[in-house]
Parts: sequence; C-alpha cells; structure tokens
Amino acid sequence: MSRLDVRKTYKLYIGGEFPRSESGRSYVVNDAKGKFLANASLASRKDARDAVVAARKAYAGWSARTPYNRGQILYRVAEVLEGRRAQFVAELRASEGVSEAKANTFVDAAVDRLVWYAGWADKIAQVVGNANPVAGPFFNLSSPEPTGVVAVVAPKGPLLGLVSVVAPVIVTGNAVVVIASEAHPLVAITLGEVMATSDLPGGVVNVLTGSVAEIAPWLASHMDVNGLDLTGVTHPELATSLELAAAENLKRVVRPPAGTPDWLADPGVGRMTAFLETKTVWHPIGI
Amino acid sequence: MADNPFTYAPAPESRAIVDIRPSYGLFIDGEFTDGGGKAFKTISPATEEVLAEIAEADQTDVDRAVAAARRAFEKVWGPMPGRERAKYLYRIARIIQERGRELAVMESIDNGKPIKETRDFDVPTVAAHFFYYAGWADKLEYGGFGSTPLGVAGQVIPWNFPLLMLSWKIAPALACGNTVVLKPAETTPLTALLFAEICQQADLPPGVVNIITGAGETGRALVSHPDVDKVAFTGSTEVGRAIAKAVAGSRKKVTLELGGKAANVVFDDAPLDQAVEGIVNGIFFNQGHVCCAGSRLLVQESVAEEVLDKLKTRMATLRIGDPLDKNTDIGAINSAEQLAKIRELSEIGEAEGAGRWSPPCELPDRGFWFPPTVFTGVSQAHRIAREEIFGPVLSVLTFRTPAEAVEKANNTPYGLSAGVWTEKGSRILWMASRLRAGVVWANTFNKFDPASPFGGYQESGYGREGGRHGLEAYLKGSAA
Amino acid sequence: MESFDDLTASDSSLRRFLHGLPGVDQVGAEARAAALGTRSIKTTAKEYALDLAIRMVDLTTLEGQDTAGKVRALATKAMHPDPTDPTCPSTAAVCVYPDLVATAKEVLGDSGVHVASVATAFPSGRAALDIKLADTRDAVEAGADEIDMVIDRGAFLSGHYLKVYDEIVAIREASARPNGQSAHLKVIFETGELQTYDNVRRASWLAMLAGAHFIKTSTGKVQPAATLPVTLVMLEAVRDFRATTGRMVGVKPAGGIRTAKDAIKYLVMVNEVAGPDWLDPDWFRFGASTLLNDLLMQRTKMRTGRYSGPDYFTLD
Repeated sequence: MSRLDVRKTYKLYIGGEFPRSESGRSYVVNDAKGKFLANASLASRKDARDAVVAARKAYAGWSARTPYNRGQILYRVAEVLEGRRAQFVAELRASEGVSEAKANTFVDAAVDRLVWYAGWADKIAQVVGNANPVAGPFFNLSSPEPTGVVAVVAPKGPLLGLVSVVAPVIVTGNAVVVIASEAHPLVAITLGEVMATSDLPGGVVNVLTGSVAEIAPWLASHMDVNGLDLTGVTHPELATSLELAAAENLKRVVRPPAGTPDWLADPGVGRMTAFLETKTVWHPIGI
Repeated sequence: MADNPFTYAPAPESRAIVDIRPSYGLFIDGEFTDGGGKAFKTISPATEEVLAEIAEADQTDVDRAVAAARRAFEKVWGPMPGRERAKYLYRIARIIQERGRELAVMESIDNGKPIKETRDFDVPTVAAHFFYYAGWADKLEYGGFGSTPLGVAGQVIPWNFPLLMLSWKIAPALACGNTVVLKPAETTPLTALLFAEICQQADLPPGVVNIITGAGETGRALVSHPDVDKVAFTGSTEVGRAIAKAVAGSRKKVTLELGGKAANVVFDDAPLDQAVEGIVNGIFFNQGHVCCAGSRLLVQESVAEEVLDKLKTRMATLRIGDPLDKNTDIGAINSAEQLAKIRELSEIGEAEGAGRWSPPCELPDRGFWFPPTVFTGVSQAHRIAREEIFGPVLSVLTFRTPAEAVEKANNTPYGLSAGVWTEKGSRILWMASRLRAGVVWANTFNKFDPASPFGGYQESGYGREGGRHGLEAYLKGSAA
Repeated sequence: MESFDDLTASDSSLRRFLHGLPGVDQVGAEARAAALGTRSIKTTAKEYALDLAIRMVDLTTLEGQDTAGKVRALATKAMHPDPTDPTCPSTAAVCVYPDLVATAKEVLGDSGVHVASVATAFPSGRAALDIKLADTRDAVEAGADEIDMVIDRGAFLSGHYLKVYDEIVAIREASARPNGQSAHLKVIFETGELQTYDNVRRASWLAMLAGAHFIKTSTGKVQPAATLPVTLVMLEAVRDFRATTGRMVGVKPAGGIRTAKDAIKYLVMVNEVAGPDWLDPDWFRFGASTLLNDLLMQRTKMRTGRYSGPDYFTLD
C-alpha cells in the first residue's frame, strides 16, 4: 500500500512568521495542467496593513546594519536556497510545468542573482555616491540611503522573477512587502521559508499571496510606504491607478516594463538605485 | 536704533542698467512671438509698480513650443557632438557673467529679493551652474548614466530663485542633449525672458530653449503634453503631487523638487555665534522663500535661552527694505498672495499660543512686507511647526537628547534638508546618518554648489539636481 | 557668573573654563566677516565713519630706527592730521616704544592725544617677569597713558593659562600711577601666532578676566596681523563679556589695516557685532600708520568731490 503524502499548508510570510490571512480566506492554486496543487492564502487589506507595519518595524534595524552584514545575510539566503534546490526545482516544475532543465536554470540563476546582489551590499555606495568638489572650504559627500518601506508587485517567474525584484531592494537596506505572482504564489512562500532560516530579520521581506488587484491599491495608497515597484502589474489601467494612488505621498515608483523582461539578463544597478535616496552632507573645513 | 550715530545712508544700486520693455512675448523657436492667452502683468513686489505685460501661453502655444523643441532635438541638438553643445553652454555661462549686474538688478526688481543676494549669490551661481554642466556635455559616458538624451523636457520653475532654478533645469538638460520648454513662475518671468535674449546672443539654435510664460494652466498643459519626454518641476508639494498624477501611466521621466520643513538642530556644544548666523541664514535668506529653509529651530534646552538671546540681538541688525539698496538684508515678499499666506500661518501660530517676536523695524508703506519673525514655545503639534510657511518665520522648539532631536527632526512628511550644529565630530556623523533629508548641512546652512546634488526624501520630491547625480534626470541609462 | 576667583584658581580650572567657551567655526566666522564687509557705506554715513576712524587711530611707529625726531613728527601729525583743515579731528593716540614716551608726551602735552607705549619685551614678550614689569613702570613713569603689553604666547600655547593670567594682572598693577590712577592696559595676543579662532576667543576671555581694558590683535610684527574675522571673534568676546559681567572692554585691531575702505569694514563690524556703544575711541582703536593718510584722502574726496593724491598729505 502506498504511503499517503503529507501536504504542505501555504500561508503568508509577515514579520518573520507564517500566519494565515486574517480574513481566513484562501484560493486554489492549480498546476500547469489545471490540476489542484494547493490552497494559497488570499491576503486581505489588513494583511497588507500588517505587512507594512512589520516592514516599518524591521526597516530601522535592517537599514542600520553594516552593508557587510546585509551582504552576508543575502549570501546566506543564497546558500540555503542552494541547499534546497531540489525542492525548488520540483515546485517550479509543478507550478509552471517547465522541464527539469529549465527549472534548474531558474534555480541556478536565482541563487546566482542572490550572490550577485549580496556582493553589491558594500559596493553600491562607492559606485553611486561620490565626493563633490564644491567651490569653497567644505567637505561634501553624497551617499545613497535606502528609501524605506517598498511595496513590490512581483512578476511572473515565481522564483527568479521574485528574487530579481526583492533582492535589489533589500540589499541596500529597504524593507519589502511583496505581492507574489498571483498565478504562482507557492514558490514565494517556500522562498519565505528560506529567508526565515537565513538570519534575515523578520519583517525585512514580507510575502503576500492573493489578488494583486485587491491588495496592491492598499499598498499603493499606504502613506507609510515609500516606494512602489509595479514590475508585476500587467494591466495598464491598474498600473496607472496604482501610480496615481502612489502620488499622494510621492512614492518612488518603478513602472511596469515596456516589454517582457528577460530575467536571465544582467540586471544592472537600476533596481537598486530606484529605491535609494541620495544624501549630501556638507561640513566646513577649518581649524 | 534711532540713537545709533552710525546710520547707513541709502546705497541704491542703479536701475539704469536694465531696460524693461512694456510687454514681452513668448520665446518659441528662437523668436519672440505673441501668446494666445490673456496677457498678464508682472509687478515689483517692493512697490507694486507694474513692470511689464507678459504674454500667456495657451494650449496652441504649448503645442508650438513642444513641436519646436522636438524639431530642434531631432535635427540639431540631439545629433550635435557633445563638445559642440558644451561650447554653447560655456558661451551662455560667459554671457551671464558679462551681463551679471543687469540680471541681478532685473531679478531684484521682479522678485523683491535684495540686490546683495542676486549680485553675490543668484547670478554667480547661475553662471557656475552653466559652466559646470557645460563640461559634462562631452563626458557623459563617464557619468554612469549613459549618453542618450530623453528628448523634450518640460520644465516648470518657481518664483523664489527664478534665474537660478532656470539654470538648474536648463543647464543639465542641454548638456545631456535634450531640448527644453521652460515655464517661469507668473510673478517672476523677467529674468527668464532676458535669458531668452542671452540664448539669441549665444546663437543657440532655434528651438533648443523655449520659454513660455503663464500661470498654472500653462504649466499643466506643458507637463501633460504627450510629446514631452521628461518633466522637471520645482515648487510646492501640492503641485508636485498633481504633476505626479498627471504623468501617471505615461513613460515620462519625472523629477520633483518640492517643499520642506527643515530642522536646524543646535546642540549645547555648538559654535554658537556661527550657529546663530546659520539660523539667521537658514530662515531669513531670501525672505524665507526657500524650500530648504531651516524653518524649525531645534535647540538643546540647556542653551535655548542663550541662543534665543543671541538670535534676537542678531535679528535686530537685519535691514529690511528696498531690494535695490546694497545694505538690504531682507527684501519684499514676492506676492500679495504669499504675504497673505505668511500672515495667516503667523496668526495661527499666535492663536495656538506660541510666543511671537519681531525686532522693531519700519516696513515700507507700499509693496509686500513681512518682518523677520520668531515663534518660541513651539511644539511639534503646532501647525507652524508642520506646515511650510515659505516666509521669514522661524519656529523654535527644544530638545533634551540627541535621540529626541532626531525624532523631532524626522517627524515630518518632508525631507529636503536639515542642519546640525555641534563641535563633536562623531555626533555630527551620527546625526547626519539619521536625519532623513537629501541635504544635511553640518555646522553650516543653505550652501549650494553646482557640483553638489540637491533634492529631497519623501514628500520633498525625488530626483537630484546638481553634480554628477543631476545627469540621471536627463539621460536614458538609468531606468530599472 | 560664578566668582572669577574660582576660575583662576589653577591652570586646570582656567582650562576648563576657557575650553568650555563655545567653539568658533573658522569657515562660518570668516563668511560672517566677509558678509559684513559687503556693506555699502555712502555719503553721510561715510563722512561719519571716516572722522570716527581718524579719531580711533593709534598712530604707531615701532621700529628699531625710531628717533626722537620721528616721534615728534608723528605726534604733531596725530594732533593735526590735516593741517589744512581745522575740522579734521586728531587721532586717539600715538603708539611708541617706552624710551620714546617722554618725547611723545612732550609734544602732545594736554592736547588730548594719548601716548600709548608698548611694553613687556615687545614684540616677542620673551623676558623675565621682573624685566617686563620694569619695562612697564618705565613707560608709565615717562607719562604713558596706555600700555600695550604682549601676552606670553609660549605659555598660552602650552596651556599655562594661569601664568598668562597672572602676568596680565601683574602688568596691570604695574601700570598704576602714584596718584591712584592707572594707565589703560591693552593686551596684545599676537593672533597670528595663536593660529585658531578658538585660541583667540580663549585669550580674549583670559585677558578680560585679568582686567584688561582693551584686547588687541597683534604687534604688527607677525603675519597675519589684524584681520576682519579675528576682530569679529574679539568683538563677540567683549559683547559676551559685557552681557555676563556688565563691564565693557575695548578692542584694537593692529597691523595690516591700510585703507579707509578696510577701516569702514571694521566699523561696520563694530556696529553690528559688538553694538554702537563701541563706536567710540574709548572702546575701539586702530593700530596703524599708513591708514591715516588714506582716511585723510577719502575725507578730502568727500569734502571736495574730487580724488586727492598722496602729495597733498604729510608723510610722517
């Protein structure tokens, strides 16, 4: 007699914990062939609110860590992901129906991307900051600082896409509330498990699953959210309405890409600088 | 100071150097043309004298200007090698220096700010800004944002530093290979129109710079024009928000430099005399019409009394009056509307129970004037500690510990600038890293330089102007 | 303020006090001085300022080659800077070495022009205290109305503040005349050797605590001598000292002030930093020699409406 397998319950990832949606709702997630895979939590506006509170709370400590330490933690996420690659290959195959080779490519790329961004932690300030030669007896230095709490609508590509939009935001010290790909949310929660066991402080990354159209407006209009990444928003009208809502407190907005992004390509520094502020400090030079 | 034997006699700068025409048109495609809207008057805020009649650009004019800019971008300016663009900008910088006094006098007359400031700060900084960005034009690849311009920039600037804000907008745009349509504020159009003449003198190709005048409606038409690739705005947070909404869903790149409510934090170990100068400069420079003004003085309780005494003594030496008098420290408020707003918030401050003080000073009968004013006993709960007054009005709050100072300083939706005064080096760096502001002045205040990026956090806007960072706003290479 | 006796009990109590004074940011102080220098003083204000500046001049000769003849000529000029114009005021004082005090006094008599004498092993101050005291008494006995002493910069820079303090007190006592009055004491810091504005502020307070009537920038023998920012810091010190103690102390920049334009910048600074109470030869002086002729030339220009030339003013 074959053994009955133990199914996994997919919940949300908020403040380092894995709560169910406060609404008690869930939605069915099917595999690529339309067969039931699992129930995912259907996050509500209150879950989004809680996630922002958790992110804000985590932001202070995370942004104050040394860049070296943040880099180490991102590298640790990569290590743990690498260690669980079989699980991610299996989940990607199940959810997206991709071949094993393709799933391997995505997992490899996701690990490598984390490693790539981990290395940026203590270099980005040197690349985008600079000393300014002002015409006077002043020391003048511009350096980047994190924007704060950033809401991200993750694109399709449940692992590589997600990693590609979350890692650049947190490596510089921001905290994130990310809405996972609506169609493929499960991998995002499993990635949350990786983060939860990688010394990443709770609340730095918060993962919501559910309806983008339902949750994203609450994040876009939230006055304690400082940035909004609309990369995963596929409906132009929704993107416009989210950008409109974001204007209320002048959030930094990354608009949806013009075409389909190639997540395997070199990402550049743009996703990091989109959520960095430049601070310029002046001080007189004298005796 | 009636008993002071050393009474400075009037020292007026001559007006003869400027030739204000009775009326001005729009500067489109290299020529001055009529506007389709209803012409309006610009006045001297110091005397309420009508200076000139100014054309108003309507939608058709905006279309014409954008079309001219587009043509110039595609045919001339975009394809032009950087080193040639650089030479045009250097040429403009030189003409600004040559006609510096004329620009300074014109600015003082139209804006109401003291000639001392236009002569020693605004105009030299304008020339320096063009000089700085001229040098970038053929070095863009080294800047980190590529060298591909965006196209046509629609730029809207405020009335507090009319010519300086023009330079912050036009110099980097042109250096990067964009063409511009710029709208100056309706109360201060004259130096922008004089700048248009300078573009003609420099033989700048027609359409590269277009200056259209008008009020909010003209600005709206410009920023929402579908053929504008880039919007740059300096002004109020309210309008900035409207612009952010107007461009939502487009591919326009936007930079916004908006309001502020900067904290100027003075510790008990500060160099107090320089701190007092920094406080005065922070809030009374340019009549307090400065987005990064140090409008909230946070002073450590242990020295609050001493600092206030010194501040009041110093304020009593400020000279208010004729902007063209070389000894004037504080000129006229730019408009009746702004004066009304300053008065209203000051009255609210009084009603909220804050102590109001101004040095004895005689204000002229005509024109728009407001004395330098300090409110004591202010708390974060007061409206005058939260809202941008944009006038010579300082709110004084106290704190006990560095942590409390940071908490209060950051307790605002704005984040443009901040000041910190202490002789302890490690505390400066501790404070500087915690103050949520785009510019932190430590043991100084209100310093600007073309090489130094300027711009805000949070509701003070986004993007940076000045320095290498200022190139990003006008190049394609930085998109996520 | 607490009793000064407590402050001056030891080097360390003095150090605690002097180093507890607010610091001076060099860039900010210089910017403030430069900004005051842009004041435009015209017509009636300029006439007033030029005459006041003349009245504030300590007409100075402090050369090894000084002779009685030179000093007599200088004293004559001090009384009548512009012999062609009886409305031209005389200077505040002539300033000479101790051995020439008697000569100067002889010429000046009761003209109202004071005789100031440098003393205390001027300009270096490198001598034993009893020699400095003798130097001072010499000058006072010869009729000096004012003593310009130098502080021991070596002691100051090595933190021996009490030594500097005690020496000032001793010289002040040595400046007493038998009739109970006392020559006014100006204390020279040689700010060019103190280097920092923090030191200038500390030296100012130290000298004021010790009872100086005037604090003075320089000997004129070390560069830089008087500058606007150094004078700014000293004017702030006398302003603050009066606010604390109620006692007014005068300020004298010396050396390097050569033009009327410069002098007017100083007067603007006096007016706006210390306050109009200091706009008086009792409270502000210029230690200068060539300055006087430029003041006279400008004065003549104001009066006649045309530019004058050096040939029309006496060279003494």
